[in-house]
Amino acid sequence: MKHDTIKASLSFKNYRSDYANDWCAGCGDHGILRALQKALADLGLARDQTAVFGGIGCSGKTPYYLNTCGIHTLHGRVLSFAAGAKLANPALNVIAVGGDGDGLSIGGGHFVNSGRRNLDMLYIMFNNGVYGLTKGQPAPTLRIGERTKSMAHSNIQGYVNPVALALVSGYTWIGRGYAYDVPALSVLISAAMRHPGMAFLDVLQPCPKYNDLHTKDWYAGKLYSLQEDGYQALISADTDVAMIQQVYNQAMARAQECEERIAVGVFLHDVSRPDFQTQLQAMQSAYGDSTPCRQPVTDANGRSMVDISPLLEELKVR
Amino acid sequence: MNQDPDNLAWRIGGPQGGGINRIARLFARACASLGAEVICRREYHSNIMGRHSYNDVLMASSPLSCHRESTDVLVSFDAETLCRHAQSVTASGMILYSDHDADIQLDQLPYLDERLRDHISARLSSKRLPPSTQGLLQMVGQRGVTAIGVPYQRLLSEIGEELGLPKKRVSATLNMLAVAISAALLKMSEPQLLNAMETTFVDKAEIIRMNRQVVVNAYQYVLEHLEQPSVSMPSNRSSGRRLLLNATQSVALGKLAAGMGFQSYYPISPATDESTYLEAHAEIRLTNGDAVGPLVLQVEDELAAINMASGAALTGARCATATSGPGFSLMAEGLGWAGMNEVPLVVTLYQRGGPSTGMPTRTDQADLLFALHAGHGEFPRIVLASGDVASCFNDAAQAFDYAERYQMPVIHMLDKALTSTLQTVPVFQMPNRRIERGELGAAHAQGIERFALTPSGLSPRPLLGQVAGQHWSTGVEHSEQGQVTEDPVLRERMMEKRAQKLALAAAEIPLSEQFEVLGDERAAFTVFTWGSNKGAVLDAIRRLSTAGIRARLVQLRLLWPFPTEAVRQLLETAAPSVIIECSYSAQLDLLFQQQIGAGCDHQVVKYSGRPISGEALVAALQSIQAGEAESRIVLRNPYE
Ligand SMILES: Cc1ncc(C[n+]2csc(CCOP(=O)(O)OP(=O)(O)O)c2C)c(N)n1
Ligand code: SF4
Ligand SMILES: [Mg+2]
Repeated sequence: MKHDTIKASLSFKNYRSDYANDWCAGCGDHGILRALQKALADLGLARDQTAVFGGIGCSGKTPYYLNTCGIHTLHGRVLSFAAGAKLANPALNVIAVGGDGDGLSIGGGHFVNSGRRNLDMLYIMFNNGVYGLTKGQPAPTLRIGERTKSMAHSNIQGYVNPVALALVSGYTWIGRGYAYDVPALSVLISAAMRHPGMAFLDVLQPCPKYNDLHTKDWYAGKLYSLQEDGYQALISADTDVAMIQQVYNQAMARAQECEERIAVGVFLHDVSRPDFQTQLQAMQSAYGDSTPCRQPVTDANGRSMVDISPLLEELKVR
Repeated sequence: MNQDPDNLAWRIGGPQGGGINRIARLFARACASLGAEVICRREYHSNIMGRHSYNDVLMASSPLSCHRESTDVLVSFDAETLCRHAQSVTASGMILYSDHDADIQLDQLPYLDERLRDHISARLSSKRLPPSTQGLLQMVGQRGVTAIGVPYQRLLSEIGEELGLPKKRVSATLNMLAVAISAALLKMSEPQLLNAMETTFVDKAEIIRMNRQVVVNAYQYVLEHLEQPSVSMPSNRSSGRRLLLNATQSVALGKLAAGMGFQSYYPISPATDESTYLEAHAEIRLTNGDAVGPLVLQVEDELAAINMASGAALTGARCATATSGPGFSLMAEGLGWAGMNEVPLVVTLYQRGGPSTGMPTRTDQADLLFALHAGHGEFPRIVLASGDVASCFNDAAQAFDYAERYQMPVIHMLDKALTSTLQTVPVFQMPNRRIERGELGAAHAQGIERFALTPSGLSPRPLLGQVAGQHWSTGVEHSEQGQVTEDPVLRERMMEKRAQKLALAAAEIPLSEQFEVLGDERAAFTVFTWGSNKGAVLDAIRRLSTAGIRARLVQLRLLWPFPTEAVRQLLETAAPSVIIECSYSAQLDLLFQQQIGAGCDHQVVKYSGRPISGEALVAALQSIQAGEAESRIVLRNPYE
């Protein structure tokens, strides 16, 4: 997040659009939406300087319900659209949201590569174990052997742990929250937005309609807070190699707990790595002042302002 | 086959990875510096080391439009090159070959295609000659070709001794040696060749030192041992400042001139060269001296490439992606999103041989109908195609104007043959027209309706990050505000609005930007084509005119929206009408039939993955003109 954004003093209600919400009653998505509205208000992000991109799925509809710029993209491609906008206009606050099927199945390649790129934006995954919008097929987050109510057979494909995958992919801020704990979730979203790099937030999101295994009752008593447990997620510029290793090992171990105890909170907060745009600017200095969206195209007469003559010179026959 | 009176064709072949392309460019540069116009063709395998590649440099004293399939000079230093190209050397031409290759059995060449080996063996055996390079050299000798066996290895040893370097070290200069000998035989001035060599290897002092010696020894060798051949370089000199560049560079320059801000891509032949050129030249200056530069980014796949470019375009940057067939197939869904969201997005599509992986480094024009239809559902798009290296510059630049004016994706098509054509062209002038940015940044007085219904179909275009520009976009059918609707009436209006923009483009884009009529404009004999065949047709028309046959060329540039009425009129006055295409099914002709209800009288197609030449076309056109041709002619050349 860029801190120089025009601050608006708005309450979370100002971030609510008047478009009719069509999620099922009791769906965890409502909690995530409220947490987002609250975080946007807490951060005071200007609505015209904030773009929320959605994938395709129940989760992907989130942008319609937010009173910011909203872009409903394609199944699995939300990170690409979001990255393009962020690269072209680095001043924009960019949030991508999408389902676990969207991000880990059809969009798995973008999930991994977005970690590698470490762009300054936030990706929130709505982790409900199923494909909600296509009526309850297993998502890659459903464990092997599990069978939710609309599945004809038990799941015989393995499970991808989103936090673990984010860790090995290079995301520099990684957290996990719970859709029904709106206050804690909004704090996580704010923290993730403040992180100057690619943040990934895995949100455990009950889908009362199709996931009859991982319900509110199932989660009850399992969740514990990493930070209350004394867990240390920070890696700063002066953290030594051994300590970095320890943070990653710990994060991986905590990420894997998913039956009796499930960790929520911040797994990784690595500020030692430069974000993508910082590196880009070092490589291509003009990028800083002339970001793609601001690159001047025409002069007052509508003529091109670009001087290609040095390039032509290189190609001239001598 | 005899040398064309006004031009000279020079060919060099050899194993991939051996610097053939670089050395051919060096030679082309030397010819151009001497005042010749050149056009160069490049043929290569999808391989890094070892398989056969070749380059042609055709030179003349006046501008050239097309390569030749025959050559007057063949420079070879491996037996495979000899086998593949000896038959294409003109009767008065010459072959330089390594004396080590004087007698190699054809079946000892692992990369020589079995089909070609059998074909050559059969020809040799019909003349009672052995299936070897020796037989082959005898056979071409009978046609009058001069074949000169050069002791390359001995010359390299001598060069090594003079430089005090081991022969192994200097053997990397073998291709320079071969080129220098051919240059000396053609009486190219030694300083010009040295100059081109030094430009090519600038910053590589050791290589320059070796190659200097190579050039000196080569000229000395020719002077002492070889006779002047009957072929010669064109003597008249062109004047005026010219560029020597290929189509990927031309496209890249056009994009820069248009103020492109962002390009995302995933590497794929033959599209990659454009993006890597842009990456290397991304820091440019404005006329006021400010440093700017587009962001050119290699991303994880073509899905990311097109969708990132769309996302970036939502901020107001001029955005593009460049790809080839397989990548474009992956982009289909993203193209539809751009269509649905009225995103100005340029896709540069470099066609190569398909389907599937097809022939990655060979030419094809079989993606025309795909480009017109890629993506599910119905949405407007503009498709334009460039016909030559020079026009790529303006076409690439203007693609952004169309995209922003009509708020839709624009597909700019090239083909591999054009892509790898290196040519002298007059120095580009910046386009002398207003850059069209359409409704960019426009906001309605009473709140922004991104998809407002208007008579023209064009809506205001607020940007992400624009102050007070908050809005929604979505790939779902939407209301004026960009929110989901499945209302049947609103759906109809949105379909009509998007379609209306295409009608507007068809009405507004001037005829001169839709197609060109070239050659003899009043002739009834009419050839229709698109893409890089333009050069071949112009060359054929020029050749026909010397035989007293007049013909005109209709070169289509705007393929969608299709210039239906204008083409119908041209077709009605055409007698006979011929379509020329590098595809099996003659897709432009199919498009004529769809749009006009009638196609051409004759189809001339080529789908071997090799480009059509004027030399080959002229015979086909002559037979058509004489009323002796079948309705479909397939151009073939077993040696390309
Ligand atoms: C390319 C493509 N394939 C399939 C679909 C159909 N589809 C829509 S949503 C969806 C799955 C959604 O699951 P998830 O991403 O987990 O989101 P959720 O609904 O659970 O929030 C699928 C397969 C599509 N829209 N696009
Ligand atoms: S199907 Fe599940 S995820 Fe979708 S809205 Fe209903 S409860 Fe929520
Ligand atoms: Mg899901």
